[in-house]
Amino acid sequence: MKPVTPIRNIKGTDCLFELQHVNVSYAQNPALQDITLRIQEGETVAVIGPSGAGKSTLLNKLYEMRPDDCAFVHQQYALVPQLSVFHNIYIGQLDRRTAWYNLLNLIRPRKPVVDEVMPILDTLGMSEKISAKVGALSGGQQQRVAVGRAMYRGGKVLLADEPVSSIDPLQGEAVLDLIVDTGKTVIMALHSVTFARRFAERIIGLCAGRIRFDSPPSQLTQEDIDELYLTC
Amino acid sequence: MLKTSLIFIGLALAALCFADLAITTLHPWMELGRMLRGMATPDFMALLGIWRAFVNTVAFALCGTFLGVAAGLVLAFFFEYTPVRLMCAFIRAIHEIFWAFIILPIVGLTPTCGVLAIAIPYAGIFAKVYAEIRQESDQRPLQGIPAASSAMSRFLYGSLPVVYQDMKHYTAYRFECALRSSAVLGFIGLPTLGFHLETAFREGHYTKAAAILCAFYLLIASIKYWAKPRFILIPIVFAFLFLSKEIYFSIDNVRRFFTYDILPWPMRRQGMLDGTRAVAYPWKDVGAWVLTVFQQEGLEGVWNTVILTQIALALTGVLAVVSFPLACAHFMGRISRQIVHWILIVVRTTPEYILAYVFVQLWGPSMLPAVLAIALHNGAILSYLSSQNADLVELRVDAPKKRNNRYLYEILPRVYGQFLAFLFYRWEVMMRESAILGILGIYTLGFFIDSAFADHKLDKAIILILITAVLNMGIDTVSQVIRRRLKISTKLVTST
Repeated sequence: MKPVTPIRNIKGTDCLFELQHVNVSYAQNPALQDITLRIQEGETVAVIGPSGAGKSTLLNKLYEMRPDDCAFVHQQYALVPQLSVFHNIYIGQLDRRTAWYNLLNLIRPRKPVVDEVMPILDTLGMSEKISAKVGALSGGQQQRVAVGRAMYRGGKVLLADEPVSSIDPLQGEAVLDLIVDTGKTVIMALHSVTFARRFAERIIGLCAGRIRFDSPPSQLTQEDIDELYLTC
Repeated sequence: MLKTSLIFIGLALAALCFADLAITTLHPWMELGRMLRGMATPDFMALLGIWRAFVNTVAFALCGTFLGVAAGLVLAFFFEYTPVRLMCAFIRAIHEIFWAFIILPIVGLTPTCGVLAIAIPYAGIFAKVYAEIRQESDQRPLQGIPAASSAMSRFLYGSLPVVYQDMKHYTAYRFECALRSSAVLGFIGLPTLGFHLETAFREGHYTKAAAILCAFYLLIASIKYWAKPRFILIPIVFAFLFLSKEIYFSIDNVRRFFTYDILPWPMRRQGMLDGTRAVAYPWKDVGAWVLTVFQQEGLEGVWNTVILTQIALALTGVLAVVSFPLACAHFMGRISRQIVHWILIVVRTTPEYILAYVFVQLWGPSMLPAVLAIALHNGAILSYLSSQNADLVELRVDAPKKRNNRYLYEILPRVYGQFLAFLFYRWEVMMRESAILGILGIYTLGFFIDSAFADHKLDKAIILILITAVLNMGIDTVSQVIRRRLKISTKLVTST
């Protein structure tokens, strides 16, 4: 057993997550086994692995550990296509206001909320689309709205479960740029190894609920990747 | 599906042996000639004197639908609870006219009666349909709502926007039905169009009747101009204001109705004879009394209602299967198709009750007018929906050129599942209508209920209405089982 390292690391940044030999199972089926990992504030982590490897379970586990610090970037199907971009982003803070205020804001956007949402839309490059119905947007634009919702939710950590797997690679790149540029701690499950190599500082390979590797992209060889996807 | 269809046609043929289809009037066709002449020369000046009936018809429908929607929305939230579901099934199993009969002794022939008669059964219908729309809607947007949000906020942002369009369309369709119900309520004396229509027909003023009918069609066809969903609150407020002068409600009447008037006769008999209005509890006598009502009137009413429904169901199906190609782009040219469409619109806009009333005037009370009225009205609806579905079918280039081959091998097999699903969906509606048409003198449940109310025997009427409701709920269940067994659904129909 490794010695327990202190919570503060050399760079002086906080350790956000620390897992020691954690197991998670659903209905007696083990989903995560013997997971040990630490994630520092400011890191950009990609989790890769074949379907069923436990990527979503890991993200959910991390969320449960610090629900107040984490915002999820959902896939675009979790948006409400009938509502405007503004309202979809506003949903990120739905639980912080009264039902009455939410109702008023649904009928007619409140000025203070618009002022909060506008800078986020500027970052997304979508300020002109504020009143557009999300259902009328392209997949890439929708995914950007999903990022906007997570940004509006706030917190130090962005968790993203395959945020770009259902849009084309070009738009996917733009969305990942946005996510990485938020300056928050980012932990994302990714389908594409290429994207993981390009956008993450650290890649965790999951296989059947266990960590197969955990290293920076530069230290990962093609054999490591092939082994992960072929032998799992 | 073919087997099921044949079984139901067989049932209808068997039912024909027991049905009384006689024409009892002396000169059935002479009156028809007069009627058609009158229809060709509508007297629109006659409408000026009855503008109030128009406003009432619209106001009853608006207020009734509004209250029905409000109650239905609340009930839909609790629809997963069996008692709520059963209660909704029960209140919608009772026809608007029967509700009017029940409410009449409490509030008299007032707007309150008309509005509640629409609102109560519609609340049950809205609750069911709204709950189904929500169940079948896309649940994924709810995953994106923060877990700690209040139930209200979750609904407002995660569910309502997703289901709003479907709910709006269904509510608009129901409002059209409410206008028909409202007009028909006039036939039992409420101050809507049906009242003047009945008078005009009874007195042979066919030119006036024609004008009222034309105006009614216009009213229905123009709904989308005067009842825009966005501004619907304005006409609703006006409707309530218009009716408010005559609203009548007495809590004493309600109490007396529930705690005295509808109690079975044996419970009231002794008190009535003594003049004390005391209530006794002779359970044995009550049981015997209920049994007598059931044996003497209930059984005959149920039997005739079922016979009538089964014949009408099969005839509706046959009419629709034969007529829908006439309204379908794969078989007919544009102009003839348009003509058929207009005929179908007129027939399905005319409430069954009015059709049946006219036929009874012509041929006298037997099952014939009722069967024809139900089959024509529902056949037109089904024919329209099936032709719409058939138009969606894209035929391959080498599809059969001969129309009958094209119909039998390409179109019919593709639309038959939905057609049958919708037919079974209407089964319960037809049964409700069969019972109601008894008021016109056909010996279905409505006849006995109407007579009981006329004799002020509220206790008997309530028992018979309960029997009707149970019969409807039974048919509804059987219809669901058949649809599930055949794996057919109306889905495509309602979504297009």
